[in-house]
Parts: sequence; structure tokens; C-alpha cells
Amino acid sequence: MSGIPHDHYEPKTGFEKWTHKRLPIIGLIYDTIMIPTPKNLNWWWIWGIVLAFCLVLQIVTGIVLVMHYTPHVDLAFASVEHIMRDVNGGYMLRYIHANGASLFFLAVYIHIFRGLYYGSYKAPREITWIIGMIIYLCMMGTAFMGYVLPWGQMSFWGATVITGLFGAIPGIGESIQAWLLGGPAVDNATLNRFFSLHYLLPFVIAALVVVHIWAFHTTGNNNPTGVPVRTGSKAEAEKDTLPFWPYFVIKDLFALAVILLVFAAVVGFMPNYLGHPDNYIEANPLATPAHIVPEWYFLPFYAILRAFTSDVWAVMFVNWITFGIVDAKFFGVLAMFGAILVMALAPWLDTSKVRSGAYRPMFKWWFWLLAIDFMVLMWVGAMPTDGIYPYISLIGATYWFVYFLVILPLLGLIEKPQPMPATIEEDFNHHYDIKSAE
Amino acid sequence: MKHLLISALSALVIGASALASPAMAAESGESHVEDIDFSFEGPFGTFDQQQLRRGFQVYREVCSACHGLRYVAFRTLADQGGPMMDPAWVRAYAAEFTVMDKETGEERPGKETDHFPFISGMGMGPDLSLMAKARAGFHGPYGLGINQFFRGIGGPEYIYSVLTGYTGEEKEEAGSYFYGNHTFPGGWIAMPPPLSEDLIEYEDGTPATVEQMAQDVAAYLMWTAEPKLESRKRWGFVAVLMLAVLSTLLYLTNKKLWAPHKGKKFDL
Repeated sequence: MSGIPHDHYEPKTGFEKWTHKRLPIIGLIYDTIMIPTPKNLNWWWIWGIVLAFCLVLQIVTGIVLVMHYTPHVDLAFASVEHIMRDVNGGYMLRYIHANGASLFFLAVYIHIFRGLYYGSYKAPREITWIIGMIIYLCMMGTAFMGYVLPWGQMSFWGATVITGLFGAIPGIGESIQAWLLGGPAVDNATLNRFFSLHYLLPFVIAALVVVHIWAFHTTGNNNPTGVPVRTGSKAEAEKDTLPFWPYFVIKDLFALAVILLVFAAVVGFMPNYLGHPDNYIEANPLATPAHIVPEWYFLPFYAILRAFTSDVWAVMFVNWITFGIVDAKFFGVLAMFGAILVMALAPWLDTSKVRSGAYRPMFKWWFWLLAIDFMVLMWVGAMPTDGIYPYISLIGATYWFVYFLVILPLLGLIEKPQPMPATIEEDFNHHYDIKSAE
Repeated sequence: MKHLLISALSALVIGASALASPAMAAESGESHVEDIDFSFEGPFGTFDQQQLRRGFQVYREVCSACHGLRYVAFRTLADQGGPMMDPAWVRAYAAEFTVMDKETGEERPGKETDHFPFISGMGMGPDLSLMAKARAGFHGPYGLGINQFFRGIGGPEYIYSVLTGYTGEEKEEAGSYFYGNHTFPGGWIAMPPPLSEDLIEYEDGTPATVEQMAQDVAAYLMWTAEPKLESRKRWGFVAVLMLAVLSTLLYLTNKKLWAPHKGKKFDL
């Protein structure tokens, strides 16, 4: 699979030879598991395993929850309470599933920011990056629709607000919104189709994950130096890498166990901390909650959505040159999706020849500012839209775009990178103070 | 943002130090919700069975006139981790209710598998099954969720504070009466003050002050909202312990595995 020279699977026993001629599946598994992996990977590289685990965890708990859940506006809320009270271990299943979504997004955000810092998106890994972005979009869709299923107040009003975004598209918006909802408003048809898609999308994600892994197994992993593995000969490659099994499997499993320990503490001791109390009130189309707030993992992009109000000059300008077709609401929708689009285009916006941010003295500052910006947007996304908050949203949203559209292209031209190690081996030996590799 | 990303990660560290969940000095400026040191708070907190029984008595004799508990089955009153009423008593209590049988469509005396009634209509209050999880007593500071991290979300405290927060003022608006309340959003609530000194006579002889009754019923409603609280915490405790052992073993395995490649020696 990988372009890095390494030992391939050789069938030994009679059974293996027999199978290998007919279906080389053992070889496929062997080559996947034994892929040569840069030995200098640091702890930021463990989140992929956490994400794979989350996907399985969510699918398994979800499948069991479905056995007891009823997707009907009159019964959904009660069926969730039935799971919480009457189903054996049902409360744990549901709390794991609900908090599992949070772990999933925590992991994906760290995973994405790791990619942004170490330049994992750059050639030759653009397809891995793009597939990853599509997975992230699917995750957002899945999580959003999953949150509607308990049919609480936040489920209902969150669905109303978010599907309303599509209604902002000029001309065809209202038709699209009605098509998404299956009617003029969020109702039983909406709940049913969201349930159906919430069950479908995780399997789409699983397929995309296979492609994601396939892509980076073809190019090989990136690593903290960004220096490629030497591929001249097997002997050379072996100085830079160690096989995924057992070295990285054990390392990743250790990290996963520690993360799950914290996760178990959250689920066991504070399972509702990340939720919203209003979702313990059954959905009521006649009573709007005082504050409609999305789940924490949507807040940064929700903040960008709300940042561009009609009094921002850019919005006024766009409104004017499009003869009023793009109003503030539609501008916000474009900004929200645009924020993810510019991130997906990072491989082509970043002009620097140096892959890893570790050797880019100016880039580092801008990157960490982006990370802080992300946290600030997450915070301000849950705050009211008066006082100083709209200004913070606007500054935060603007920096997000400036980073990808201005800073990344410019930095590559003006920045003077620091010296890099010649090989991964050199970096690794230097780190562990190993005198000579020979 | 009430969901500080980092706080999720540091949950365990803090969780360990907050074993008894000490009531962090009530100094929240914005709300009038008082922090109460309930027995069920913190990773090791459990319900006080006597308090649940007293709270149930308050609900039975006072609240149930206007508030239902539609998601709570009578049988759960006898469950472990709840008020643990005598099953025979529960059966007799359930029989006092008249329920519509779903299969025959006829009315019959309640059974322990039936639920508390759903009460609605003019002048009736909201269902209380989930009230203790459907309200937040604590917020902030600055939307950071720190108060909720240390003191809990504060649903039971909110209930207590509403019940004890009456100012004594009254006003009439469009034919309805409203009562001044420090805690209720907007400051005016449609529910007349439900509790008064010695309104009920506790079966266990505890003096029935307003504060006592409010605390007891708040605890009881926490149980109706989260009847599996104790088993959930037990699960959490076992899971954390087992993962701690697993983490240690994997840490040592990893160290030993990598040692030769990092030019180190590993002996255990």
C-alpha cells in the first residue's frame, strides 16, 4: 500500500497460501497494520485512533439505543425517558452516546489543528485532507440530526434555527427548507427523516474513514518535522520508521485508555454538564426558549454565522453589488460554510515550502492566534448578541478568514524558515540524545 | 460558553479533589440561587433515603395537587437508590389512583407498574418528573461554565430557591394573580407560595420548616429526574478504576516496547 519500502506479506502455511490466491485479505490486513510509521510521531498523533474508537462507540451504542427509541413527535421524548429509567443500563448507553459526541468533536478539533500546525494538509496529502474535511461535515450533520432526536426544547428550536439557514438562500431557499423539513415547519416528518439520516450518515463516515486511511497509507504519515521518510532503500526507510504494530498501536492504546478514563469520569459523575437543561423539557412549538444555543462543538461556526450583521460594511457592500440578493442572513450562511471551505483549501492557500510549523518562526504565532481565535469564537457563540459580543464575533470571524486567505499565502513568501533536520532519524536521535544510529 | 473545552479534560483532576463537593462559597452575583450541600453531590454522593421519603411526603401532601410526575412509575418508589418504600405500601398507594387502562380503555385502580398521573389544565403546574434537570441554578462566570463545574448545574438548588424565594408581594394582571419571587425569571410567578411552617407533619418527626420542606422536595425531585444516579456513579467509579489499571499497564508496556529504540534501559 505505502510507497515506503517494507516487508510484504508472505503466505506461509498451506491455508494461507490457499486463501491468498483467492482473496488476499490477510495480506491487506498485514500491510495495513505493519505500515512503516515515522518513529518521531509525538502525542498529537494519537487522536486518529481516538476518532476511530469514537465512531465505533457511537455506532454500537446508537444501534442499541435505536432498539428502544421511538421516532414520533408524541413518543420520542417519552421513549428517551423510558431508556433512562426502564431499560437495563439504558441511562449509561444514552449518556455515553450523548457525551461520546462531545469526545468525538474534541478529538476531531485537536486532530484538525494538529494537521494545520504540522502542515499535514500539504502535498502530497491534499486528498487525505479533503476527505477529512468531508468527514467533518458529515459529523456535523450527524450530530445536529442526532441532537434533534430526543425531541426536547433545544432539539426542536435548534432544528428550526439551523434549517432556517437554508431558507436564507435567495429564491430557492424556502423550497429547500420545506424539502429538508418535509413540510412547512419542524414536525413529525422532520423527526423521521433526521432519524433515518442520523442512522445512515455514520456508515457513510465509516466508508470515508477507510478512504482517509487509504490515502495517507499511500503517502505515508506526516510527522512533526515534516521531513519525508527516506524511500531509497528498505534499510534507509527502517532507520526513519517503525512498524505501526506494535509500536504505535500500543502507544495509541495507552493514550486512548487515559482519555477514556477522563471520559468515564465525565459520563459517570457529570453527564449533563455539556448538555443544555432546556432539552429536558419536551419540545413545544408554542414556547420559544429564552436563548437558543447549539451544542458547544458548533459554537465557533455559529459565532461566524452571527458575526456578519447588516451594519458591517462588507455585508452592506456585498448587498449593494448583488442588488440586494445577498442580505445579511445569507451572508452569514455563506460565511459559515465559507469558513470550512477556506480551511479545506489550505493545501493550495499555503505557499510555504516548509511543511512543519515547528520550523516556521512567524507562522507559529499566527497559528496559535488561530487556535485562540477558535476558542474565543466558541465562547462568544454562546453569548448574547448585544453589548460588546457582536464586535468580538466579528473580529474573531474576520481573523479566521484572514488567516487562510491572507496570512497563509503571504507567509510562505516572506518568512525565513529555521534549519530543519535532514532526516527523521536525526530528529529522533537528537530528541532522545542517541549519539549514533550505527 | 458554558462548555469550557479544557474543563472536560481536567474533569478527573478536579473531580478527585472535589470528592465531597464542598459548597463553593455562594458568591454568584447574578442569580438568587442558593448553593445547598446536598448529599447526592460529588462523585461519591448518594441520596439520603430519609430525605427522599420526607420529600416524597411533601410532594404527596402538597405539590401533587397541581403537579404530575408522568415519567415516574410507582414501582420505582421501592427501588434501590430511591426512597425504598415498602413494596406492599407502594401497591396500596398506587391503588389510591384511578387510571385509564390502555388495553381495555376502562378506568381501574392503579397498579405499581403505572405511572404517577400527568396533570395539566387551567391553574395546574408543569410536570415535575424532570424539573431538577431542566433548570440551571448556576451560570458563568462570563459564560465559562466554571460555576457549574464546581457546584453542579444547580437544578435542585433552583427548586429550593423558588420555593423559599417568595417576597410576599402580590399583583393581579388580566385576572391572574402573580407572586413576587427572587429566583423565578422575571420576578413574578403564578404559583402561590406553596409551603408554610408546619404545613405537614413529617412521619419521621423532623420539624417541618419551609427550608426543610423545600430542601427535601428538591432532593426528591432530583431522584425523580435521575433515579439511576447512584448506579451511574458506581459505574463511573468502577470504569475509572479499571481504566486507571489499564492505563498503567499500557504505559509500562509502551515504555518497555520503545526503550531499545530510544537508547534506554527498561527494568521492572
